[in-house]
Amino acid sequence: MTPPPDSRLRTGLRRFTRAETWVHRSVNWLMGICVLTGACLYFPPLAELVGRRRTVVTLHEYSGIAVPVPVLLGLASRAVRRDLGRLGRFFPHDWRWLRVALRRRRREPSLAGKFNAGQKLYAAFAAGALLIMAGTGILMWFPRLSPLMWRTGSTFVHDWLALAFAAAIAGHVWFATQDPEARRGLRTGYVSRWWAREEHPLWRTEPPPEPPQEGP
Amino acid sequence: MPPVRAPEEAPTPEPGPSEEGRGTPVGRRVVLGMLGLGAVGVGVGGAVQDKLDSVLASVSAKDPTGVVGLLPGGGGFRFYSVSNSIPHRGESDYRLTVGGLVDRPAGYRLADLRALPQTRVVHDVQCVTGWRVPKTAFSGVRLSTLLDAAGVRPGGTAIRFNCFDGVYTESLTLDQARGADILVALTMNDKPVTAAHGGPVRLYVAPMYFYKSAKWLSGITVTKDVQPGYWEHYGYDVDGWVGKSNGRSDDPTT
Repeated sequence: MTPPPDSRLRTGLRRFTRAETWVHRSVNWLMGICVLTGACLYFPPLAELVGRRRTVVTLHEYSGIAVPVPVLLGLASRAVRRDLGRLGRFFPHDWRWLRVALRRRRREPSLAGKFNAGQKLYAAFAAGALLIMAGTGILMWFPRLSPLMWRTGSTFVHDWLALAFAAAIAGHVWFATQDPEARRGLRTGYVSRWWAREEHPLWRTEPPPEPPQEGP
Repeated sequence: MPPVRAPEEAPTPEPGPSEEGRGTPVGRRVVLGMLGLGAVGVGVGGAVQDKLDSVLASVSAKDPTGVVGLLPGGGGFRFYSVSNSIPHRGESDYRLTVGGLVDRPAGYRLADLRALPQTRVVHDVQCVTGWRVPKTAFSGVRLSTLLDAAGVRPGGTAIRFNCFDGVYTESLTLDQARGADILVALTMNDKPVTAAHGGPVRLYVAPMYFYKSAKWLSGITVTKDVQPGYWEHYGYDVDGWVGKSNGRSDDPTT
């Protein structure tokens, strides 16, 4: 009998634990809802198509405020904490990766650990943007919390950062569509050894990971 | 995660770069820096957006593609509807009823409304969420004209407005409703009010926030007391004077 395709995909190098793929997938869905409903509130043609303003607003508010929840739950997992640490820290080769990317418009894989400098910056930007969007969103959600001047300022920040964030997410998704092996890593948790060698040569894998029992 | 393409030339691996040790906490700095910028933005954003609004409005007036109109404050109206879709009515099926505490209930077709004396009003439109569209022309029949024609009975002190989207409602006191700049509007910027903007007939309450100007107006009922409208059940002020309600201090529109 042919083995189920799943087991074929679960070979190679362990890149992410179940907890990590779960966090990423949950954030995906919540962000997806938040971005789509946001677009329906914001762009007149979409708003005219969809209507139902109160429903859309409610979906937008709750999906948005829920995005950090899977990340916070994920902190219970050592693997998640460890990878967040990796994403947050720059080493000398990361600066060189950035220099190459800026000067020669090229992503230099030989200078990448488990995550390259671009991925690290995206993660930091997304975290910062998410917190700002949540903060300004709450100020607008509960108008009695703050004076009018702050609410107008919040609208300003929320609107413009939404455009920047949407552009960043579009880039993130574009890079993902270009690399099926990276996507497999987030879908199954495993990547092939050649891919890891080529794209993330400075990635030192940890001692063989225990079976995924820390997943929520 | 952004993957990395294979390089065109063979990379020259430096001896022993690794991710051992502490490194630089760039992630934390980026996040904290952004939070700082965000706080500054909340502080000064109102003033900045005011400036941007006037710049974008003038750019968008000369922008045939309409892309600028999609930017925040890029000039123009934002579309808000609480119902499921845009309702459409025209010459044959549109009816405006005037009833409640009146002596002569009436029903108006579009042609009937057009035959009445028309008033044109040009003012800024101010939304309670902050956007403002300068110098927008509305024309139509004064609400007071319709009320006088119907003859309000002594017990009537307020008006309830119904809309043919089936959901939206609004209200005014009788005194507010008799204002000279309260219109049952048939045109906006000298063209028939489009369905998206609440056509063929919408209410236009010039001195109040735009949520008072109900779209798709289909019923005018004189009532004993004020019955709060749709948004007013969700915390908006019933007396929605621009600059003097909803905790806002916008310049008056009239």
